[in-house]
Amino acid sequence: MNPYLQVDHTSVEFRTPRGVFRALDNVNFKVSQGEFVSLIGHSGCGKSTVLNLIAGLVAPTTGGVVLNGREVAGPGPERAVVFQNHSLLPWLTAYGNIHLAVEKVFGASESTERLRERTEAALELVGLSTARDKRPHELSGGMKQRVGIARALAMEPKVLLMDEPFGALDALTRANLQDSLMEIQTRTQSTVVMVTHDVDEAVLLSDRVVMMTNGPDATIGEILDVRLPRPRNRLKLAEDSEYHKCCAAILRFLHQGGAERGHGSAKLALAVG
Amino acid sequence: MSAATQIVHTVETRSVTAAPAAANAPVSGMAAKPKLASRIAESFIGFGKNALPPFIGMAVLIGLWALVATFSDYLPGPRATFTAAVELFSDPFYIKGPNDVGIGWNVLQSLGRVGMGFGLAALVGIPLGFLLGRFSLLSKAFNPVISLLRPVSPLAWLPIGLAVFKAADPAAIFVIFICSIWPMILNTAMGVAALPQDYMNVARVLQLSEWKIFTKILLPATVPYVLTGAKLALGIAWLVIVASEMLTGGVGIGFWVWDEWNNMNMSHIIIAIIVIGSVGLALEAGMAKLAQRFDYRHQ
Repeated sequence: MNPYLQVDHTSVEFRTPRGVFRALDNVNFKVSQGEFVSLIGHSGCGKSTVLNLIAGLVAPTTGGVVLNGREVAGPGPERAVVFQNHSLLPWLTAYGNIHLAVEKVFGASESTERLRERTEAALELVGLSTARDKRPHELSGGMKQRVGIARALAMEPKVLLMDEPFGALDALTRANLQDSLMEIQTRTQSTVVMVTHDVDEAVLLSDRVVMMTNGPDATIGEILDVRLPRPRNRLKLAEDSEYHKCCAAILRFLHQGGAERGHGSAKLALAVG
Repeated sequence: MSAATQIVHTVETRSVTAAPAAANAPVSGMAAKPKLASRIAESFIGFGKNALPPFIGMAVLIGLWALVATFSDYLPGPRATFTAAVELFSDPFYIKGPNDVGIGWNVLQSLGRVGMGFGLAALVGIPLGFLLGRFSLLSKAFNPVISLLRPVSPLAWLPIGLAVFKAADPAAIFVIFICSIWPMILNTAMGVAALPQDYMNVARVLQLSEWKIFTKILLPATVPYVLTGAKLALGIAWLVIVASEMLTGGVGIGFWVWDEWNNMNMSHIIIAIIVIGSVGLALEAGMAKLAQRFDYRHQ
């Protein structure tokens, strides 16, 4: 079976004043439809670059990204991005921000009434119907991130790309949003690729965790299958041995394997991918 | 600017809270009295803290002026100037001939020239600023030109204006146009260039059209910068109009100052300075109000 999303032996180089900087080297992995995949690694290892590559915001130097049989040539609304710092437009309300995206994607084919329904449904989905007419500066950090997620989901993307979506939030808000995201993903069956540096978050949310080596020349170190049944409950998982095994495996990689590039683990990744 | 508006704002709220308290004082019952008394006391303290210092500053200035005037043969003191001002403002809109009209007409004429030159500069400068900010090739081409022309005193353009338009009035407007266009171009371009990459990434992911990018992202993000540019431009324009009218003549507050100098009417010159200052202050306050109205951060 063909994979839904494939990052195919891709390298990314940036031209800097001090010469060529190779951020990613031969990154290769596949994502099935409806799968939740996390990218984890130390800061600066290029995991966000992988996400931007799929989003089309960064162009590959070699290799390429294929989504549903078509090569990614640039950014597009079928690959919605939830940005790290929410990136809501501060002069638009929560409704306005989501409506801008909805209008772009469905405006050509649907009535204005239907667009309004879609926008309101998206607000409802993230539990922000009451904050409809508030501007971003009137919303808390968690609410802004919710609007960002709602905006992305309202576009009904083929892939939802999330760049450390909960990184800037406090622990309680983060846990709350993680639960909402799990629940929403179960309902919408979205395909998700998420960048994170939080081990617990990666295991809790993902079907597979892609571990990246340190940059420059960052590549995939290992890929871990998280065989935990869904729906997942964070309290029950705290006593689950499989959960702890997964966390331990990632921690071990980040503390040892991520520091230097193990060729053995890279081969393993290719085999799994 | 924000500090200044803040102070003005607190003064306003103080006086607003003080007024009803004072009005209610005689009719309100016994029970409310202690609370009311403390409120009145508080508003007096507030008045003392906020409104008194400006009065002290003014008093110091007027005192110094009176002191200098006693030692000078030509400089009239505050009292003489006040008497002249009362006479002058008793009929500000008289017309006794083409070049002898009241101070009100002179100020209005000057404001008209500033409005014309400033408006034209906005029409040309703001779109130009958008283009320069959006397309780096254009900014590379025109930044050296702007850098070369910007430091030139606007009055140096007056002969060019006179040569091209062969009349004093359009030449003065031209000078205002030149002096107010630079801050408009530069601030607008800066606002466009300072647009966070995140917003552009949103636009790219959504594949917004260039028109949508302009109306939904570029324009609202840049409006505060544009209005800062306009505020600077208007301030400069009001500075420059006085000087350029001194050179071109006709009707206008600048020429009026020059005329009164030729008449050796020093008290009128002092009055003109106060009038020019007040109008400049009003223009700046108006622009600040406008900027607040259109700035998404204050809505």
